[in-house]
Amino acid sequence: MNGLFAYLDGVAALGPGFDDWPMLAAQLRGEAIWQDAPTRLPVPQALPPAERRRVGKPVRLALALGFEAAAMAGADPAALATVFTASGCDGDNLHALCSTLAEPERLVSPTRFTNSVHNAPAGYWGIAAQATAPSNALSAYDVSFAMGLLEALGQVRGEQRRVLLIAYDSPYPGPLARLRPLPEPCGVALLLSPARGEHSQARLALGFEAAEAGSIGVAGLDALARSAPSLRALPMLAALARGEGGRFGLESPTPLTVELQPCA
Amino acid sequence: MYPLYLSAFTGTSALGAGLGPTLAALLANRSGLAPCAFETVKLDAHVGEVAGLDTPLPAALADYDCRNNRLALLGLAQDGFADAVRAAAQRYGAARIGVFLGTSTGGILETEQAYRRLDESGDFVAPPNYRGRHTPQALVELVAKELGLAGPAFVVSTACSSGAKVFASAARLIATGAIDAAVVGGVDSLCLTTLYGFNSLELVSTEPCRPYDAARRGLSIGEAAAFALLERPAAELPADAILLAGVGESSDAYHMSSPPPDGRGALAAMQAALEQAGLRPAQVDYLNLHGTATPSNDTAEGQAVMSLFGQRLPASSTKGATGHTLGAAGALEVVIAALALKHGLIPGSPGSRTLDAALDLDYVFTPRRQSLGVVMSNSFGFGGSNASVVLRRADAKVDA
Repeated sequence: MNGLFAYLDGVAALGPGFDDWPMLAAQLRGEAIWQDAPTRLPVPQALPPAERRRVGKPVRLALALGFEAAAMAGADPAALATVFTASGCDGDNLHALCSTLAEPERLVSPTRFTNSVHNAPAGYWGIAAQATAPSNALSAYDVSFAMGLLEALGQVRGEQRRVLLIAYDSPYPGPLARLRPLPEPCGVALLLSPARGEHSQARLALGFEAAEAGSIGVAGLDALARSAPSLRALPMLAALARGEGGRFGLESPTPLTVELQPCA
Repeated sequence: MYPLYLSAFTGTSALGAGLGPTLAALLANRSGLAPCAFETVKLDAHVGEVAGLDTPLPAALADYDCRNNRLALLGLAQDGFADAVRAAAQRYGAARIGVFLGTSTGGILETEQAYRRLDESGDFVAPPNYRGRHTPQALVELVAKELGLAGPAFVVSTACSSGAKVFASAARLIATGAIDAAVVGGVDSLCLTTLYGFNSLELVSTEPCRPYDAARRGLSIGEAAAFALLERPAAELPADAILLAGVGESSDAYHMSSPPPDGRGALAAMQAALEQAGLRPAQVDYLNLHGTATPSNDTAEGQAVMSLFGQRLPASSTKGATGHTLGAAGALEVVIAALALKHGLIPGSPGSRTLDAALDLDYVFTPRRQSLGVVMSNSFGFGGSNASVVLRRADAKVDA
């Protein structure tokens, strides 16, 4: 079981200026110009109407990412184990709850409280995808992509199962926005498999050594990657988009490098 | 991946700081729940509050000073746990030990308090420290700093299963050779979000909670810090060494805040845990139930337990003693399960008097003394996140 590696069977992206992975990939290759624009978060059609109305930005973001990556690999979403990772929570919901708790009556909305759990995207994903497989949800500040990838690869190798990794960030409104500036809602998803298959695009391996984070070569996207923990994946994904390999240092509590090798 | 050795473990809750007071309270079937006098909360509720959290952290850790982190350090200081981890760091190297902890609300209390004082432009008058207190990752940063560890570290936040799921994350990373050992556990502390939030869902009991009781009226919230050090077992272990035999995880895919009435997600988690452990249901000697004392949880979990184990398995929820410690509950109840194995104790269920007539179980109301070889602990959370952990003694006869 030694070594943390997996085959990348599906990719998804959503954020300011890109609606999906093909759009971002073209921008990463320099074939299209990236322009900052509000993120277009789709309505999660897979949720029952009552739930659809209740969900916040992280749920809409995470569901769109998960379904895109699964579709690219032709995978049945219901069968996939999932790892959600984010630097923080649903900022809109937290702001509303803390504002309510600062009022004398403290009349908390039950829906807001239910949706305040960090694994709300995981819960709604389960309902939307009818996925009863194990699901994990990490909260890991600036190291959330690295730690999410570590947990996902632990599952791929340790449990020998396909894992859908969904990394996302969503900004705060109100006073927390100044303490923790984040860009528009954004994220990536990676569908990781224990063995190479017909959809495998690359092999990913994690090593416990330091390396440069690497550059995308597009100033605006490099700045965006630095501004959102989930987008620390972009230098690696830029190489994937260009069909190249490489080694990319990840922001992590312990030195960590991801090595990408395209599947020929 | 299994078994792994719990070479050190500790728990701090409303029952007391460390294993000694915890065991004494369990033996006496004593509850730590008391009428809620927490902060400015005006709710007719009981809570399981930990004493001694009013002292600020040392100056060097001032950035991390908040109720949740004070509780974390109080917990680490018990039972020689921190020393055991530091000794392990000497053996393996600081970067070879991971830190994986569960929390649901981390240091949110201090942010709630900061929201009471905003200026005309809506800014904080006294901003909370985001990185050291507000963000959940602050918990693992602080614990790694305190223990001198430099390995991978993350927070699992899957609501009330968090403190159980970290055992699986650690086991996988040890099995793959990514790390040699891990500090796992959970820390969650009282805050207004959970007290008023569960109250808004009408899930908070006015009396001390009564898990599995016919007259249960909801949960009582508690707080806790519980930790275990996981390592590969040496060839020779003490007879009463506690082993992590398996962890099972599942998702309900049903509803955000209530389980399917048949408890199928709970059943899947328990079955997966037994499969990981290579054990049959008949080999389990005691089950520490999730048992929150909400009407829907106990009914659904009870159905799952009846379908897997029948009526014969002694089972109890210890939340009548500790309160529901949310993101710490999984870890605290693994520690209680380890104490049960070590001391041959089946904990009772203070507060519970009459078993729900819809459930046909061997529900344990008052403590029993009997030798135990294998125990299971259940933890289920909002979002339909389920985890079951199986522990066994090194000398358990489980080959048949």
